[in-house]
Amino acid sequence: MERGDWPVYRRSPAYFRKYGYKMEKKLAIELIGITKAFGTKVVANKNVSMDLREGEILSVLGENGSGKTTLMNMIAGIYTPDSGKIIVRGEEVVIKSPIDAFNHHIGMIHQHFKLVDLFTAADNILLGERMPAYSVREEKKRIREAFGQKKAELESKMQEHLQSGGSSSDPACRAMRKELGKARRKTFFASHTRWLVKCGKHIQFNHLARDRVKKLQGTVDRYGFNIDLTRKIYDMSVSEKQTVEIIKVLYRGADILILDEPTAVLTPQEIEKLFSVLRKMRDEGKSIIIITHKLNEVMAISDRVCVLRKGEHIATVETAQTNEKELTDMMVGQKIDLNIKRDLPKDPRPRLQIRDMSVVNKEGRTVVNRVSFDICGGEILGIAGISGNGQKELLEGIAGLQQKSEGDIIFHNPKKDRPVTFYHKDLKQIKAMAAEGFFHYPNGDRVDLTNRNNKEIVRLVNEEQILFYEDEIIDLKDRTPREIQELGIKLSFVPEDRLNMGLVGSMSIVDNMMLRSYRKGNSIFVNRKRPKKLADEIIHDLEVVTPSDLVPVRRLSGGNVQKVLVGREISSSPKVLMVAYPVRGLDINSSYTIYNLLNDQKDRNVAVVYVGEDLDVLLALCDRILVLCGGHVSGIVDARKVTKKELGLMMTTVPDKVETYQYEDLKREETDNGQ
Amino acid sequence: MIVTIITQAIRFGIVFLYGSTGEILIEKAGHLNLGIPGIMCLGGVGGCMGAYWAFRGGAPAAVVVLLAVFMAMLFGGLGGLLYGVFTITMRCNQNVTGLSLTTFGAGVLGFWGTQMGDQGILFARPSSYAFTPSLFFGSSTPNNWFTTIFMSHGVLVYLGIVFAVLVSLVLKKTRIGLSLRAVGENPAAADAAGIPVVRYKYVSCILGAAIAGVGGAFYLLDCTRGSLEYVIDAMGWLAVALVIFSLWRSDISILGSFIFGFLYILPRYIEGVGLAEKEILKVIPYAATALVLIVISFFNKKETQPPASLGLPYFREDR
Repeated sequence: MERGDWPVYRRSPAYFRKYGYKMEKKLAIELIGITKAFGTKVVANKNVSMDLREGEILSVLGENGSGKTTLMNMIAGIYTPDSGKIIVRGEEVVIKSPIDAFNHHIGMIHQHFKLVDLFTAADNILLGERMPAYSVREEKKRIREAFGQKKAELESKMQEHLQSGGSSSDPACRAMRKELGKARRKTFFASHTRWLVKCGKHIQFNHLARDRVKKLQGTVDRYGFNIDLTRKIYDMSVSEKQTVEIIKVLYRGADILILDEPTAVLTPQEIEKLFSVLRKMRDEGKSIIIITHKLNEVMAISDRVCVLRKGEHIATVETAQTNEKELTDMMVGQKIDLNIKRDLPKDPRPRLQIRDMSVVNKEGRTVVNRVSFDICGGEILGIAGISGNGQKELLEGIAGLQQKSEGDIIFHNPKKDRPVTFYHKDLKQIKAMAAEGFFHYPNGDRVDLTNRNNKEIVRLVNEEQILFYEDEIIDLKDRTPREIQELGIKLSFVPEDRLNMGLVGSMSIVDNMMLRSYRKGNSIFVNRKRPKKLADEIIHDLEVVTPSDLVPVRRLSGGNVQKVLVGREISSSPKVLMVAYPVRGLDINSSYTIYNLLNDQKDRNVAVVYVGEDLDVLLALCDRILVLCGGHVSGIVDARKVTKKELGLMMTTVPDKVETYQYEDLKREETDNGQ
Repeated sequence: MIVTIITQAIRFGIVFLYGSTGEILIEKAGHLNLGIPGIMCLGGVGGCMGAYWAFRGGAPAAVVVLLAVFMAMLFGGLGGLLYGVFTITMRCNQNVTGLSLTTFGAGVLGFWGTQMGDQGILFARPSSYAFTPSLFFGSSTPNNWFTTIFMSHGVLVYLGIVFAVLVSLVLKKTRIGLSLRAVGENPAAADAAGIPVVRYKYVSCILGAAIAGVGGAFYLLDCTRGSLEYVIDAMGWLAVALVIFSLWRSDISILGSFIFGFLYILPRYIEGVGLAEKEILKVIPYAATALVLIVISFFNKKETQPPASLGLPYFREDR
């Protein structure tokens, strides 16, 4: 479609008032053939050409690692393109730094906010503001014009007065002399003390006045933001920080706003608020680019959509003339099977029993409140809830990372009829357990070790002659992660914060693999061979895109980091696998890789806990879903039967009667036992 | 007796004040310059050279002091520039760079001082211009405790306080200071806000080192009255400790410098104590710094913490 064919009906009245109906659709930004590479191997953008019209909202859509953020960073001056042209409002420009971007009225709101925590909101907004262009010469001219003429007039008048015989001491003359003195002083200063005036102006500008908040309030009020500018950033919520970023850009007079995944961290209400602000700004004639990979948001907010795939520009289409399916096809390049594989759980038995667990966070608030549920082997238990309703603390409490947690966590180690080994139990423990009747021989007789000497016992254990009579039951309450590991409980946890809690960003993939195994063995030197083998396996099997296994993991993109982390956790063949937001920030293909990995684990009778935010995924992937609301369990439901609407309701309110769904087999067993 | 101790405390405190004011300026830009002791040594060399040249040329008192200050700032600034090139442009480890600069500066002072000694050049007379109070207040001031404590010092004492107040004002009250603090707290945010991060870092590294350099010159010209002593680096370490003691605020460090000066000279005035015990007493300022660190960690206020990106190199395209 030609640029002129832009549908007129999509514009707001304010826009037409400003630009008229029949205006040529001006381009705010045009990118021609932009290429950018990091190092020699990773090409982030390949010959990208796109444009942004004035007064529109353009969505830049693409999977993770498709080069959206890199492209936008080049417009904002964070990166410089290797080749290609950037044309802003019809002029070719070189944007070398954020200052250049400001000079072209381009402002970017980054995904990770660029705010100084220690400063107030007002100071963050003022930060880096440049002094308005001030020319001493102009000022001098102005003063000369204002006072020079006056001075000449007054001088001639004075002369006249004196020549006509007037006394120099009468009141009229005195007043005249006063005026003349003032004019002379002004002109003198204007012509002889330029540097002083300039210094004065600089000091005046540089001084941080106490009423700086008041000055900024105008911008805040104009767009209807509700924020206290005197508060410090570290006190603010994510949505407030984002508001500060937007105000900052607007205050600087940006006409072109770039928002990098602004909705990733917001609640649905906050997203709606943000969108109304964006629409308001568009109606005022601002051009907005919004980077996202949520299709419903693209459809809701944008006028046009620009789709990138693997660093290349695929197409730019009118939002009104496309649909989500078409966009998905463009984005991923192939049709994706939206059905996630899901088998019925095989022989689900409680693996972890959580009873009356409460967690108090650092601020002393109870974030998890008397939660009780079972996690069964061979199932995927989804945990749903609006973010910040205790999901994180619940998982950390189970993993032993929360200091102040109450309640019981009982672990059923599926050891029935499996041999005991020296790997997790020493001789003394085995003797004690045998005395309590924990073991039996393969022929079914109970093990009695009282008459046997140690040598014999060792032989029996090594020959796998001593078997567990029942599942081993261990209480995990008040145990640290290391204790849990040493007890031989294979509990894997993929935390939400991958690079801070899960992996060490500046270490290589191999070294990160070693984090779980470095304590093994008796040598004082660490063994790098096995971690290296494991790292190479993960890179190969999970298709991690990396130049080598020695690259620091923080250099990898989000999806690849997640693959490395999940790969490591799965490699220890866990009995319980807990994952928090494993697909957050991942593209669709990587997400499916993760789903398949989780399903594999489920087939191996692992108890999988999946904390997610996308209800569709939860409904398609999980067997049961536990819904948290304000730290309470508001229900455990069958994921095959529950509807999205019901889940949404449970996420916002705790019902009077909390439903607890259990598998049929387990129910039957329970009633049998009851009789 | 008390008056003498207080006067001496102020005098020695000013050495720490110069050093800590410079270091605060550098640390606020996110650079931990452990080369401050070395830079003070370099400044001492420059200051003595400047004073000697001006004195030999027969310049008036003000010019002697001015040239001494200028040369001290030049030498200190050069040290700061060296540090800046290594840590800002080449992104070397800041601690290693700083420590090697300290070793270098102490070595230069030792080498140069021995040379001067061999040639029989003395700095006692040029330095008299720096420590005589007459340059500032005239000799007609009455002689009582007030004038002894506050007005009997050389001009460089007041210059040190002026520097400290100025740095504090600039950091707190101006946009330049706001930008500088932003660079030290979060360089990525400062960069995105359009602040020339590298320029700010260089300017603060050089200016801070220049101010610290005057401290070295002050020590040689005023405290020791021109006799070359090679303990400037010890004073430099105390200056670095004073930065922590004063919670990265140069207005507090004026008071802190007096306390440090007091603790530093106190052992000399305690009678009936052996020399070995006096050496032990010198540990007090460091112990006080450790105590302050413990106390501020109890409160855990963000405002009393060091700049958030202190010691971390910044590169814009780093991901």
